[in-house]
Amino acid sequence: MATTQDVGADRRAGPPAPAAPRARRSRFDALLLIPALLLILGVVGYPFVVSVIDSFVKVEGRQHAYAWITANPVYLRIIGRTFLTSVVAVVLCVLLAYPYAYVMVLAGRRIRLVLTVAVLVPFWVSGLVRTFAWVILLQSGGPVDRLLPFLGRDGLLHTQTAVLVGLVQVLLPFMILPLYNSMQSIDRRLLQAAESLGARQTVAFFRVVVPLSAPGAGAGALLVFVTSLGIYVLAQILGSPATSMIGSVVYTQTSQLNNTGRAAALSLSMLAGAVVLIGAAYLLFRLVPGARRAG
Amino acid sequence: MKGRVTGEVTGTVTGTVPAAQTGGVTATAKAKGTGTVARHPFAVVAAVVVALLLVVPTLVVVPISFTGKASFVFPPDSWSLRWYGNLFSDSRWTSALRRSLWIALLSSVLATTVGTAASVGLTRWRRRRWAAAARALLLVPVFVPAIVLAIGIYTVFGSLGLLGTVTGFVLAHASLGVPFVVISVTAVLQSFDVQLERAAESLGAGRWAVFRQITLPLILPGVLAGALFAFVASFDEILVSLFIKSPFLETFPIRVYQSVDNDTDPTVAAASTLVLVVTTLVILVAVRISTLRTRRLGT
Repeated sequence: MATTQDVGADRRAGPPAPAAPRARRSRFDALLLIPALLLILGVVGYPFVVSVIDSFVKVEGRQHAYAWITANPVYLRIIGRTFLTSVVAVVLCVLLAYPYAYVMVLAGRRIRLVLTVAVLVPFWVSGLVRTFAWVILLQSGGPVDRLLPFLGRDGLLHTQTAVLVGLVQVLLPFMILPLYNSMQSIDRRLLQAAESLGARQTVAFFRVVVPLSAPGAGAGALLVFVTSLGIYVLAQILGSPATSMIGSVVYTQTSQLNNTGRAAALSLSMLAGAVVLIGAAYLLFRLVPGARRAG
Repeated sequence: MKGRVTGEVTGTVTGTVPAAQTGGVTATAKAKGTGTVARHPFAVVAAVVVALLLVVPTLVVVPISFTGKASFVFPPDSWSLRWYGNLFSDSRWTSALRRSLWIALLSSVLATTVGTAASVGLTRWRRRRWAAAARALLLVPVFVPAIVLAIGIYTVFGSLGLLGTVTGFVLAHASLGVPFVVISVTAVLQSFDVQLERAAESLGAGRWAVFRQITLPLILPGVLAGALFAFVASFDEILVSLFIKSPFLETFPIRVYQSVDNDTDPTVAAASTLVLVVTTLVILVAVRISTLRTRRLGT
């Protein structure tokens, strides 16, 4: 970027442009960011700071919010369940996304277009609509119940399995798209090299494709994980009180009990846990020698 | 590494995939005969299963929307159009639909305006570190769980009297839409030739004239795609909307959610089918726009 501009400046005929207007232009360019930054800071940044403060300062039911969380193990359990569900969803998404993205990369033009549309349309079609479709499919006496009656006595709706199935189906595009993007940029000659040196296809896949596409998988995992942690509507529709995730508690505390301090404390504890977990995953990833070389 | 991860995310959230897929075909691999699909039967089977899993389950809402009975029994044993009649005559549905379209339009315009200006600023700003920080800040809504944002927005909007107002919805939805606009506009700006602007300037055009007549027409596909994505993001938004709604102002997704949660009224299937069809059309248009772009600039 900088080099092309410099070359252009040199090539330009006539006296070189004075330095002052350039500096002014750069400052003007920075000003263009102000409206967007104001919007994000006002609607996302400032409210976030307010909820952090609320979570520490507000006293609801004669208790500070974090004291309330620690005094009620049920909420810690719900946080734990939320994390566990999200991690399982990430793992399932990775397992399903890898073959799909790989075939997308290898396929000819037409098949690739079909596969692209098959992932882009669900990516943008309302998650709510897709969740509702699972209600029809999983309800007691519904198609899944009739085809596979051994799965549950009363249909799978309102079970942990239903929540997971819905989560994975709704979030899978978030995993496939970044994975495909990073796989696509792998130099195909590396695979040829591996195979010509005697590696079998499977070996070549796991030793070449998997490490080199790890950044894409990491990005997808991050998106799936973060989205899954904050899910509310899907868990509400497909789950039951016994499978409730943090979103349900936060929603009840906020809009029914108006305990915004508690809601903020719960969601921030979850966010802190997520940051720790993502950081740990990142460090672990860096410690794997092959992955580090690839990244 | 971290930069790469965010790059992977941001590159794919909008229409970059179809753009890439029209450009580079697998020429080398085909010539050498290595790495074709046929050699990976397991992967192919898995991919077909995943493709079916992605597409087929959702389609079940279509037959249910034409059912003759007031139930979600699948497959329906009688057929009717009355749920569509319901959808377009029941004022709870029609007013929610009208309001959602209006909010999506306004927030898409707002997000596109500020997002496009910001993208131009981001690519031009000489202090790259600051620009990178500003970009990260603008993308925050994608990386923070929506439930975390929703509580803060609820508290602050409550104290400002914005709960249950169109202004409140537009502000919230627009800020969630900004990342999509920034991603798709900065993507086109990266392949934009700055020399064109210099040429126009040297011929005496002012800043605004350069933007109107040179920059904007060339980045328009990215801007339009961003606007469509922001529109869909708002039209679909449910979580933050649930926190800032009021009994007097509900959006279409909220109506859908309440209907799914409370009753077995197939009107919600008709509504879902409508959403399915409209979103698919909008996305196909957006994909088409972004492939047009690569065809014109790339080859």
